[in-house]
Amino acid sequence: MVTSFFDQFSSPLFMGIPLMALALLLPWILLPTPSSRWLNNRLLTLQNWFLGMFTRQLLLPINHPGHKWALILASLMIFLLSLNLLGLLPYTFTPTTQLSINLGFAVPLWLATVLIGLRNQPNLSLAHLLPEGTPLLLIPILIIIETISLMIRPLALGVRLTANLTAGHLLIQLISTGLFVLLSLQPAVAILTGALLLMLSLLEVAVAIIQAYVFVLLLSLYLQENV
Amino acid sequence: MLSPPVAIVEKRLMDVKLGELGTWLGGRDFTPNGIIASVRRGHDRYYNKYINVKKGGIGGVAMLLAGYVALSYLWEYDHLKHDRWRKYH
Repeated sequence: MVTSFFDQFSSPLFMGIPLMALALLLPWILLPTPSSRWLNNRLLTLQNWFLGMFTRQLLLPINHPGHKWALILASLMIFLLSLNLLGLLPYTFTPTTQLSINLGFAVPLWLATVLIGLRNQPNLSLAHLLPEGTPLLLIPILIIIETISLMIRPLALGVRLTANLTAGHLLIQLISTGLFVLLSLQPAVAILTGALLLMLSLLEVAVAIIQAYVFVLLLSLYLQENV
Repeated sequence: MLSPPVAIVEKRLMDVKLGELGTWLGGRDFTPNGIIASVRRGHDRYYNKYINVKKGGIGGVAMLLAGYVALSYLWEYDHLKHDRWRKYH
């Protein structure tokens, strides 16, 4: 069979169950549920601290009706963060490299923000389509452009996350294959490649965290406009 | 061996004798509720032993992650074996 570098993104079946099921289940196993004790164990304390800090930071610019979204945005962030970071472990599967999963997150949430805006304050939502101070002649074109940019948002959210993670994983696999082959031929060059791989892995950790954050941040921005 | 007699089915797995294994397996609860209950019990045992302790270190989570990596390797073995057996990469 012909193997390619893209085979790492397929979800192989084992006894009929795809690996994606295990990968999607893992954040639930790793993150403990909050307890009603006063002093918790270290993992739970760390998790609570991080969640509290993140939610407070995220909800600062959003006005009061938008605070209903606190739970879903915080849990989305934790889920994406853990999925991205767990995908960097060897032999694991990253569900967020699949466009289906990312669009499945992006489209319903974006659509919810748009519909909330259109239902509760239709005038204000439609007014967002025209920036202030545009010259009279440009108005028709600008409205079309702004509508297109509005419609493209869920696609951009999903594809951004997919592309970033896929590219990172592919680069890691390419460079590590090169390192393996070079190790027997030219060890000196292999050391350089090894250093490159190390830096790339650090970058991937950063990208994993940042991309999750950007996803949730943009969603909160869309919410801010509409709520 | 002065402990009061306990029904075979209710003993823990490590206490079941080899000859009694069939009876033990036959009497366990394999309904979905039973499986969920046993998964919860296993999770609670692991959590309370390694994570829910006063000075839990990285070991509790690290063991879980190592198990996850091993399980992923097992899951993907059919796919990975081609990479090792290739002559040209």
